[in-house]
Amino acid sequence: MSASSLRIALVGNPNCGKTALFNQLTGGRQKVANYAGVTVERKEGRFTAPSGRVLHILDLPGTYSLEANSPDEQITRDVCAGNFPGEAVPDLIVCVADATNLRLHLRFVLEVKRLGRPVVLALNMMDTARQRGIVIDVPELQRRLGMPVVETVAVKRGGARGLIERVDGEVPTAAPVQTDDAASRADLHAQVREILAATVTMPRNTAALDDALDRWALHPVFGLAILAVVMFLVFQAVYAAGKPMSDLIGGAFAWMGEHVATAMPAGPLQSLVVNGLFGGLGTVIGFLPVILVLFLFILTLEESGYLPRAAFLLDRLMLSVGLTGRSFIPLLSSFACAIPGIMGTRSIQDPRDRLATILIAPLMTCSARLPVYALLIGAFIPTRKVWGWFNLQGIVLFALYLAGIVGAMAVGWVMKRIRRDKSEHALLMELPSYRMPKLRDVAIGLYERGAIFIKRLTGVILGLTVLMWFISTFPGPPADATGPAINYSFAGYIGRGLQFIFAPIGFNWQVSLALIPAFAARETAVAALATVYLVGGEATGLGHALAGQLSLASALSLMVWFAYAPQCMSTLAVIRRETNSWRNVAISFSYMFVLAYAASFVVYQVARLMA
Amino acid sequence: MRLSDLPKGAPAVVDRVDDAHASDPIAQRLRDLGFVDGEPVRVVAVGPMGGDPLLVQIGFTKFALRRAEAARVSVRSELAAA
Repeated sequence: MSASSLRIALVGNPNCGKTALFNQLTGGRQKVANYAGVTVERKEGRFTAPSGRVLHILDLPGTYSLEANSPDEQITRDVCAGNFPGEAVPDLIVCVADATNLRLHLRFVLEVKRLGRPVVLALNMMDTARQRGIVIDVPELQRRLGMPVVETVAVKRGGARGLIERVDGEVPTAAPVQTDDAASRADLHAQVREILAATVTMPRNTAALDDALDRWALHPVFGLAILAVVMFLVFQAVYAAGKPMSDLIGGAFAWMGEHVATAMPAGPLQSLVVNGLFGGLGTVIGFLPVILVLFLFILTLEESGYLPRAAFLLDRLMLSVGLTGRSFIPLLSSFACAIPGIMGTRSIQDPRDRLATILIAPLMTCSARLPVYALLIGAFIPTRKVWGWFNLQGIVLFALYLAGIVGAMAVGWVMKRIRRDKSEHALLMELPSYRMPKLRDVAIGLYERGAIFIKRLTGVILGLTVLMWFISTFPGPPADATGPAINYSFAGYIGRGLQFIFAPIGFNWQVSLALIPAFAARETAVAALATVYLVGGEATGLGHALAGQLSLASALSLMVWFAYAPQCMSTLAVIRRETNSWRNVAISFSYMFVLAYAASFVVYQVARLMA
Repeated sequence: MRLSDLPKGAPAVVDRVDDAHASDPIAQRLRDLGFVDGEPVRVVAVGPMGGDPLLVQIGFTKFALRRAEAARVSVRSELAAA
């Protein structure tokens, strides 16, 4: 160890605030939320302490014990023991403990101490502890634990000052290494009791507010009713608040496009800028507010501590389809994007539960599908009030999300049958204290989401849109052409080729063609359709063009296709990485393709008969 | 008595956690979470479907346990312990 740099690992029980401290120390923007298992990877950051020393900080997944039960816990165990490939043993371990939950958290502190490495204890959430009247005798705690103890409030600016001073000072001496066996593990609990009795006074074991809220939130009848209302209101709000803003932005881009068109000489370049960039990308960027409204709700729910309650209520239902309550949060993250969702399954101990969750996670409607849904709903579903104040468009959107969920449950049920699995699956899930969502954390989360969207838009979506414009424009029509120019382009040929496959489910050649770039990023379907129709001479906006060219049956079929189809390459790549198996990738791709094709076929044929 | 048989709200004290089979990781995890001899425990809520899972208060923490997990925990009523 050189004097000018120090490697520090943050460890502790799940949901004690390690990542919040990490962000506070390094100025990082890692995701924080109020449930166990947000961090499933090792994250690294650095900052320069007042003394000029460079501190390398490692944020590790939370664990209840060094006896690891799940893939994320193994990472923490291996890093602490110096067994993690390519990672040196940390010079100092900062053990983070929730000051309101010391009976549980101190046991892990003692377990870490026995590793025989220098340890500092950060007593986090001291503000909440004080509010609840919890008194901790810090000097005595320090003496009994034999390690430095500092108080922190990770969610407040400057709340880690004491910790910075301590780790910037001299490295504390390590306790002797102790071996681990059943008797000594049981002994840890006795030590915790003794230390608590001598150093901590608690007026009551739990927060009174938690008990009061849980009486309603976990009530067998009201609890489920509250959950249903919360979910339904989210989708209504996405429409009520997001849609007007989207229309405004979409309109602004169309207007700019028209003005640019008059300023530029006619020709291929004008067509690229007006049809490809303003028409294609402008349509996609218009859906940013819709996505942000959805995330405002997801982030608020994550911060509040309500999600593990929802998991509690739904556990039995999920068990009946071969999943676990623990699958709930990874599946919910998949509404943002299946990639963090699939990575979040690392907190599921049981490998079978984990694989089942990974396979159905892509059926959850990710935010990249939202622009496609919003476009089709806007073009085909009338804005009508149902039962007084529900918006019909919002209801259709809710139904599409529900279709994904129901499909996922059916797939889970079938997989459970195939496995013929009668063995036991564990739940063992901690329900955290409720917390008022922090405006700053929600704002950071929204900013990060917006940044990801813009990055995709200016990267992969832009590239594909230009490509779509190119193949829709070239080669030009022959001199004796009779149909529209686009029919003679590459796009026309490819689209008509694909139509053989997709005609039975009601897709015309333009839609069939747009499914290809959608495989790279689903939002691109919108940009691609806009480009193809605009190049093809439809100048009245994509919504109108679609409404004129597609039947309602085709539109419904397309929505259902997007609900189930395997589309995004990144998702398949992450399935390969997380399960280390091409077989699982093949299974995911083929079952979703068959499911999407069958569901779209049924919807198209039924809707056509009814029309 | 088993924790899974404990009526909602009744105060009790943990006796021990029994392994359901040899080297049972669930039983070990329960012990690590604080289900050890003499620890007060209470069922504070039950799931809406089939009374599963249970929400168990131990120490300062609430854990959701399925009935099969809770059945590993042997408890005695608080009065008998006093």
